[in-house]
Amino acid sequence: MTSETLSPPVRSPFAGLMSGTAGPVLVVVAALLAVWYLAAVMLNTPFQRDIYKRGGLEDVSLVQLMTDTLAQDRPVLPSPHQVAVEIWETTAEKKITSKRSLVYHSSITLSSTLLGFLMGTTLGILLAIGIVHSRVLDKSLMPWVIASQTIPILAIAPMIIVVLNAIGVSGLLPKALISTYLSFFPVTVGMVKGLRSPEIIQLDLMKTYSASASQTLWKLRLPSAAPYLFASMKVGVAASLVGAIVGELPTGAVAGLGARLLAGSYYGQTVQIWSALIVAAILAAGLVSLIGLGERIVLKRMGMAR
Amino acid sequence: MMSVAQPAAPKTPVARILSTGALGVAVAASLLAVIDGESLELYLIDTPSLALAVGAAIVLLAAYRFARVGRVYACLGLGAGSYALAFSLIALITPHTGDAGAGFWAYVVVAWAMAWLCVEEMAALEPRDPMLRRLVSLAIPLTFGIWLLILWQVLVVGFAVPRVLLPPPSEVWLRLLASPEVLWKDFQQTFLKGVLIGYAIGCASGFLIAILVDRVPFLRRGLLPIGNLVSALPIIGVAPIMVMWFGFDWPSKAAVVIIMTFFPMLVNTVTGLAAADRIQHDLMHTYAADHRQTLVKMRLPMAMPFIFNALKINSTLALIGAIVAEFFGTPIVGMGFRISTEVGRMNIDMVWASIAVAALAGSLFYGLVALVERVVTFWHPSVRG
Repeated sequence: MTSETLSPPVRSPFAGLMSGTAGPVLVVVAALLAVWYLAAVMLNTPFQRDIYKRGGLEDVSLVQLMTDTLAQDRPVLPSPHQVAVEIWETTAEKKITSKRSLVYHSSITLSSTLLGFLMGTTLGILLAIGIVHSRVLDKSLMPWVIASQTIPILAIAPMIIVVLNAIGVSGLLPKALISTYLSFFPVTVGMVKGLRSPEIIQLDLMKTYSASASQTLWKLRLPSAAPYLFASMKVGVAASLVGAIVGELPTGAVAGLGARLLAGSYYGQTVQIWSALIVAAILAAGLVSLIGLGERIVLKRMGMAR
Repeated sequence: MMSVAQPAAPKTPVARILSTGALGVAVAASLLAVIDGESLELYLIDTPSLALAVGAAIVLLAAYRFARVGRVYACLGLGAGSYALAFSLIALITPHTGDAGAGFWAYVVVAWAMAWLCVEEMAALEPRDPMLRRLVSLAIPLTFGIWLLILWQVLVVGFAVPRVLLPPPSEVWLRLLASPEVLWKDFQQTFLKGVLIGYAIGCASGFLIAILVDRVPFLRRGLLPIGNLVSALPIIGVAPIMVMWFGFDWPSKAAVVIIMTFFPMLVNTVTGLAAADRIQHDLMHTYAADHRQTLVKMRLPMAMPFIFNALKINSTLALIGAIVAEFFGTPIVGMGFRISTEVGRMNIDMVWASIAVAALAGSLFYGLVALVERVVTFWHPSVRG
């Protein structure tokens, strides 16, 4: 370690570019794309050779083989540009109301994600407030909140949806309930930690003001829990997107990103699966960074920004 | 026996209100019909076993409310009384599905209030003996869990909820006992093959790549943000692709599990390997330790809390991944297959039995990892307490 720092600095033209995070991240992303292309060529080659054999084509050049493998209709692994083209065609070039528009499907998944996330966050905050204020709840509920996550609840997803359908509740709510279940947990755990984060000396100060429990909650506990809330909301929103997508799988839902995945897997439309997957990833990244943005603004205004 | 001599502490306002209310309800409800069916109307006098339990509950509640009873006695008395009342209620309602009268629900509330009071007293108990303390901290959530099951049973039977919507826990239990070999085969297919193999490969490869990445700062800076991003993505969506590539049997499920468990392990291990302080590095340097020695003797042990964190997260993710992947296609065995087909055949009790097995497997798996963590990271403040 020390010997490295003592050696005279070697000035390479890329030193500035590669010392931060942006440069390395770009390089890694480029490497991943290269691997993707390579894998696409390799995985699609057997089928392409089959086509050539049936077409009676002999010694096809390597370049020809590569371009053909990257342009198959139903490839084993579609190439990045095929996915990009598919996403462009199904978002920008289709009407938003069209059944083939990914914007339409995303909005359906997004709405149940957001509804579930909202319900989960509210439930999580309420549970945390109860747990912090009642010893009975703390000791009896908290272990179950943790145990509830070791249960693969997604397995129940089909049943929740079928059962709720049977009693006449359909559409957004059943999917949102699955999202709620997945997202309340991180919020509860984070908020319990956050509501308990004020130090004894601060709680004592509130006592000398003869503040009631609710005043202490509003003026001390909730504000100091804000950083914890945002951190756990980031985890929660990602979980609720997963919940919404999985919630669309079992019932053979007709719309939503999960339905696109399912339809794609039924009809072997790999490009469709991959584009739905990438759009879901973009959605997740967008939601998480949106909450990150809110976090920065709120914490700055509260004077808590690091 | 020190704790038995503990004097009765002043009751909290909640306890006072709850005990007074429960006492009032228990006395008043003796006038209401317990079973209120089309052709049958039963009162408390007609049901000797329930009358006995209610009488005991009234005596216990009155003693708790008006006499100064020691904490331990209050706990034991209220706990036993609430269970006696609850089980006599269940025994009474089972042959009269859907005919629960107002009196019945009043006694359900009384029994629940007694259980709450029991838990409240238990939570206030602070036994000095560590063994007793652990017992109490186990008994409280257990009471909560049992009450969840009791309420489920009572509500489903009392309101005659259709079996296809929600079966009572007793039927799920009977189904569990009736079809062990089917459930065992599913467990074997999903858990022993898909989950465990995928978990082992995913965690091991995440760990090894993390150690490689750690050697190259450039890769570390480049991979960590991507790893963090990927951890937030709905990776479960690769399930249909894996099923296409690796077929319907367990390898495709293991592949999904590998992908889902890889990134949490990678990110946590890389973060954990950076946990050692400058001063600790310097100490290793003064010992003339090389990279491998520093890694094995200092940095890996320091990273263990982070690694176990990933192992715990992954234990849950693995089970979810394998089950959801089975929704996209399986041979005719497996927990996910069982759940999705039995839903279609309206055998909801079988679905719940499968879920119970999955829940048990998931909890035990998590518990096992947590247990190993306590042994390995015995030095960590959170374990030393």
